[in-house]
Order: sequence, then structure tokens, then C-alpha cells
Amino acid sequence: MEKHRPRAPAWCFAILFIVLILLYFPLFYMMAGSLVEKTTDELRLTLRWYQDIMSDRELQDALVRSLIVAVCNGLLSTILGASAAITIMRSRFRFKRSLQTLSTISLVMPELVFALSLLSWFFILKLQLSLLTVIIAHVSFSLSFTLLVIMSRLSSLDFSIEEAAQDLGASSWVILRKITLPLLRPALGTAFILAFLLSFDDFLITFFTGGVGSDTLPIKLYASMKIGHTPKLNALSTLMILFSISFIIILARSKSFKDLLSSSSESAQRE
Amino acid sequence: MKKPDRSLSLLGWPAFLWFLIFLIGPLLLVLMTSFFKRGLYGGIDWQFSFQSYVRIFNAIYFDIFWKSLKLSFLTTALCLLIGFPMAWAMATATTTRRVVYVFLLSIPFLMNLIIRVFAIRLFVGYDGPLVQLLTWLHVDFDHYVMTQNQILVLYGMVTSYLPFMVFPIYTALEKFDFSLIEANADLGGNSMDALFKILIPNTRQAIANGCLLVFVPTLGEFVIPDLLGGAKNMLAGNLITEQFLKSRDWPFGAALSVVLTIILCALAYGISAWGKPHQEKED
Repeated sequence: MEKHRPRAPAWCFAILFIVLILLYFPLFYMMAGSLVEKTTDELRLTLRWYQDIMSDRELQDALVRSLIVAVCNGLLSTILGASAAITIMRSRFRFKRSLQTLSTISLVMPELVFALSLLSWFFILKLQLSLLTVIIAHVSFSLSFTLLVIMSRLSSLDFSIEEAAQDLGASSWVILRKITLPLLRPALGTAFILAFLLSFDDFLITFFTGGVGSDTLPIKLYASMKIGHTPKLNALSTLMILFSISFIIILARSKSFKDLLSSSSESAQRE
Repeated sequence: MKKPDRSLSLLGWPAFLWFLIFLIGPLLLVLMTSFFKRGLYGGIDWQFSFQSYVRIFNAIYFDIFWKSLKLSFLTTALCLLIGFPMAWAMATATTTRRVVYVFLLSIPFLMNLIIRVFAIRLFVGYDGPLVQLLTWLHVDFDHYVMTQNQILVLYGMVTSYLPFMVFPIYTALEKFDFSLIEANADLGGNSMDALFKILIPNTRQAIANGCLLVFVPTLGEFVIPDLLGGAKNMLAGNLITEQFLKSRDWPFGAALSVVLTIILCALAYGISAWGKPHQEKED
């Protein structure tokens, strides 16, 4: 049972509601705009803008590129993050601490500096900017997130099962394959979705590290916003929002994500 | 506890090397680049020089940095001013409502930034609902002023980064012992006493964390000033981006980002130091 909490003064609630309205109203207004056709004297409901999107080859290509990048990034950063998390939590890796420091650096680095440093790096390495460089850049910033998710799940796993297996003579690789990884499966899923979402929504890093012909959806959106507003943009944004929200809901329901939130707030308290 | 195994440590190498190659390498490169000269056709001329750093003290660039700092401070202050009461209200709501509030606040901020900015632009833009409301209220204003200006940038920044302020404070208040507030009321204190004498002193760490989480990304922000501010309201983030993508003066861009990072580190250190000593005194 929770202790009684005296409610905050009414003006605090007023601010909360005003902010929520200010956050959501523009979004709903935009979504409504995607369903409306404006002629000189009347507003008409229409699905025209959605049909426009469906028949737009360029947008479809951008969507495919976005998905390719997001899936590759999800897979790579989950695999790298999982192996790094297992090393940190379960082994005597010499650079354990440095690995954690590196991941913290990538978390707190301003996104802009991250993006431009990678741009100059690819230039020096003479890597042609392409989808490949975009994927590499995305993995570099998603990796620390997947690492965190999987680490927090590992720390809440019951050690005694692995201990029992070890007492019965299982090698650490067998334990990893037969016990730890199966137990980690939900966390791996969460990490994948998180990395997927980070990559799918990313603008700035793609903007810097993408080359000609590697435009993802957010880049296309930005480019067309620079030119001007059309209801087609409303429709595209609405679709992207719905897509992201469905993934966010999956994330919010997953246990490992809740673990991560509670563990991070606890560590913030402890500091 | 299980005895750690040496052979498992093989698994750590891929991520470790990845970070070295694609995080530390690039960062060191930027640091190095900032000490070289710009090549004739962009790119880098491998000649040691301080000229990029000297250039920063040019009045124009100095001014842009100063403007960005002011804007970030203002954004952080506004986020705190709005965010703290919000967090307080959220923390004292019923348990089910609390979950709903957290969910409602996190959705927009997990969404694509470009889309959020686009929605703001539609909202305040020419013949958007805000303009219509003002016209209806017979408020006199210039219709084109609303499309691109500094107030708009500030508005975009605050709405985009507000959750970063609210969540740390909310988590701290969520676990707070509210019997202190009841004691305050019993002893005749009002809600202002509760706020300034109990809640704020006890959540300094969370406030510091929130300020950091808002300040760091806003100082390097590129998208919001670019889409809401227009060319007249250039900020540090846009200046740096311009050096890399348009004028191709990489050494200067690199020097600017080194300075930006140093400013950020110094301020981050200052803010977190503010959050800490108070708690030590109490212990």
C-alpha cells in the first residue's frame, strides 16, 4: 500500500494539462490536415494524399532504404551489444571498464559532434558515403543503448541457474548457449526494437553520413519541408507517427525496458 | 557468484574495437583536424596552425556562440520552470494516472524530431490555427513574423526537450517521502514553502540531471533553429554544420566543435557539482 500523498497545488496540474494540450494539438492538427482537401470555398474529406504517397516511387525507395538501415542496425547493434554486455557481466575481460566508459562517451556526446566526426572519419578512410556508412554510423550510436538494455536485464537474471550448470560441469560456452541466451531472448528483442526505432527516426546522423542516393524517409521529409508545405507531407508524417507509436507501445510493454527505466532512475538517485 | 571465465572475454572484442574505430578514432581526428589548415578546395591541408581557433574570436562567430549559449540557458530555465510543477503534479496523481501521464509525455518525444517541428510549423504558420485564433481575437500582429523567428525556436526547443527535464525530477519525486509535505501543512506552511523549502532542496540531484539533459542537446541543436529560425537566427549547431556541409572548411568546423564540446563539458561539470555538495552536507 502506498502512503497518502498530498496533491500538488492546482496550478501545477493546470500547467501539466496546458503542456499536454500544447504537445498534442499541433500533432492532431497535422493529422487532420492529411485527411482534408482545401478548395477555394470548402473543406472536403479525402484520402487523396495517402494515395499520392502510395504511388510515389521516390518515397517508396526511401522507405525501403530506411527499413534496410533500421534492420541492419538493429541486428548489428543487438549482436554487438549482447556480446559486450555478457562480457561485462560474466567474464574477466581486461577492458571491461574501458568498454563501459566508451559506451558512456557515446551516450553523452552531442549528436552533432558525433555526426561530423564520423563524416570526417569516412572521408579520411576514403569510404564512399552510402547506405553502408549510414549503417556504420547508426550502429555506433545505437550500440550503447542496446548494451544498456541487455546489461540491465543480465543483472536482474538469477545467477544460481548458471551456477548450478557450472557445478554440474557445463563449460561457460554451453551455459551461454543453453541458459543465458534463452533467458535473454526478451531483452534481445527489446534491444532490437529500440535500435530499430532509433535508426528509423534518426535525422541528423543520416544527414551527415549519407551520400547521394542514400536518402532515408526523415531526410526526404526534411528536404521537402525546406521546399514548402503540402498535405502530402502531413500524410507521410502521420503514417510515420503511427508506425513509430506501434513500436513504442511494443517497447513500453516489454519487461526489459521497464527494468532499464527503473535501474537508471535508481542509479540516478544513488549518485 | 559464478566464477568469471576468461574465454568468454573474446566476446567483448568486437564491441570494444567498434567503439575504438568508429567513436574514438573519429573524435581524435576532429581534434587533430582543428589544428590544421583548410585545403584549397575544401578538405584538409596537413599543415599545423592555430588559425581556426583564432578565427573563432572573430566578432561574428563569437556572437553566434554567445547567442546559442543564451538560448540554451533560457531553454533550460524555462524547462525547469514548467517542468518542476508538472513533475510535482504527476508524482502526486493516483498510481494509474501517473502511468498515463508518463506515457502521454513520452510519445511525442520518442517521435521523429522533424515531424514534431513540422507540426509546430503548421500550427503557428501562415493561416495555421494560432494565426486564426489571434485574428479572431482581433490581436494585431504581422502575419509573416510568425513563420520564422527566435521565439519560435525557443518554443520548439522547450517543447522538444521538456520531457528530459520532467522525467528525472518525476522519478525523484515519485519516491519522495510526502509525509514531509503533510508536516509542512500541519505546521502552517503553504505550498510555496513546500516547494522551496522541501521539494527543491531534496531533489537537487534530479534537477541537475534534468538541466544537463536539456542543456547538452540544445547547445548543439541543428534541426530546430534550421527549420523554425531561418537563416537570420543562426546558432552554433548551424554554424558548425555549415562548415562541414556547405563551405567545406573542415578545420574551422572541427575547431568550433572542439570549443563547443569544451564548453559543454565545463558546464556539465558545473551543473553536476551544483547537484552534489548539498547532499553531502546533509549526510
